[in-house]
Amino acid sequence: MSVTAKPITRVVDELSRLPGIGPKTAQRLTYFLLRAPAEQAEALAEAVLELKRNVVLCERCFNITDRTPCEICSNGEREASHICVVEEPLDVVAIERTGQYRGTYHVLHGAISPIEGIGPDELKIRELLGRLQSAQVEEIILATNPNLEGDATAMYLTRLLQPLGITVTRLARGLPVGGDLEYADEITLSNALAGRSQI
Amino acid sequence: MRGDIFAFIKPRKALTNSNSPRVYRTEGIVLKGYDFGEADRILTLYTPQLGKLRAIAKGVRRTKSRKAGHLDLFTRSNLLVARGRQLDIITQAETIESFAPMRIDLVRLSYAHYVAELVDAFTVEQMANYPVYATTVATLRRISTAEDPALSIRSFEVQLLGLMGYRPQLHRCLSCDTAIEPVSNRFSPKMGGVLCPLCASEDRAAGPISVQALKVLRNLQTNEAAILQLPELPLEVGQEVEARLQEYIEYRLEKGPRSVRFLDQLRTEGARP
Repeated sequence: MSVTAKPITRVVDELSRLPGIGPKTAQRLTYFLLRAPAEQAEALAEAVLELKRNVVLCERCFNITDRTPCEICSNGEREASHICVVEEPLDVVAIERTGQYRGTYHVLHGAISPIEGIGPDELKIRELLGRLQSAQVEEIILATNPNLEGDATAMYLTRLLQPLGITVTRLARGLPVGGDLEYADEITLSNALAGRSQI
Repeated sequence: MRGDIFAFIKPRKALTNSNSPRVYRTEGIVLKGYDFGEADRILTLYTPQLGKLRAIAKGVRRTKSRKAGHLDLFTRSNLLVARGRQLDIITQAETIESFAPMRIDLVRLSYAHYVAELVDAFTVEQMANYPVYATTVATLRRISTAEDPALSIRSFEVQLLGLMGYRPQLHRCLSCDTAIEPVSNRFSPKMGGVLCPLCASEDRAAGPISVQALKVLRNLQTNEAAILQLPELPLEVGQEVEARLQEYIEYRLEKGPRSVRFLDQLRTEGARP
């Protein structure tokens, strides 16, 4: 017979299924919740429920949102003629943080990885092409990750988009701020050299 | 043993000897990787002395990572690896060869995926096989520069099958052991080679193989260099050789390589006007 009460074991089990949370952390969190005021536990439970009930994918850009079209897509001040293509919803957050971009987004939900069996059909690429037919788009900015999967995705998209007469650009790549030249790999350095700019 | 500085540079010892140093040096090619935790990636590497190896590269998904560029897929790097409790940890990495021309060509890149997938599928962890490493490096080099990478891929398939102990018998009939004549023979993935017309009933699933395709396959086995000097194979022969090897690989792996699907998709899309 277990010495721990069933409701506690249940919370511990559920929490330890989360990424990065082992059995000990799960126990600690559970006992914290047990001692916390009832309102705090209820707020957490409600927040989790709302997350699953009210969060949807935007019908246009496929970003995660609570209403569709999402805030960015339905904002008249954003330039719908520019679409920034990213791999994951978190990438939208990263680009928004710069405050430099005034266009719209398109979230692919992954990158091409033949070895994992992820091809173009598993990503929101067909939906992107659909968007191009219904709206006047001048430029597509490919902001996939600067690794091999991201590059493959960007190359594949370029193949599809260039014949349509749309300007296709890729985020510049080179040395990060605060980096050390001596540790840069040759591909990054040659990219930085190729993309050097006049001061 | 303390003070034995040679133990430090002998990677094999590092894995077998319980007194072995906590770090070892090896070179390796990154075959695949997946994201792990906050900013880490777990990589599958193929190394010359240790064979296939799984190790964790910490923090490589951060833009400021000093290792990230040296540990991208299909990069050949010098590594310093620390022994971990479950997974070894890559502490330093420096590129030896990045096969750069392949990275800007989608078709060549997909071939590299295919090569990596085959090496990963056919090998087991920590069993050294230097020829496999050498063939993989040579093939990646060829893929990035050769005019027709497809031919390098066929050669790689034949070499790898041979190194793994699955070298197909292409000179004598698998059933009656007579020399194969230049007539309409059959290729049996199940039996691992060619059947003469009289023994065709030994494996009813065996499909026909043309004399030209058989010649190409034999040459890939014994006279690789000559074949690789050809600019390309006649289209039909190339397709046939590819199909027969594909059947054989699929039979041996008990599954079709996944990267083939993307390659096929690229080819059909590329053929469209």
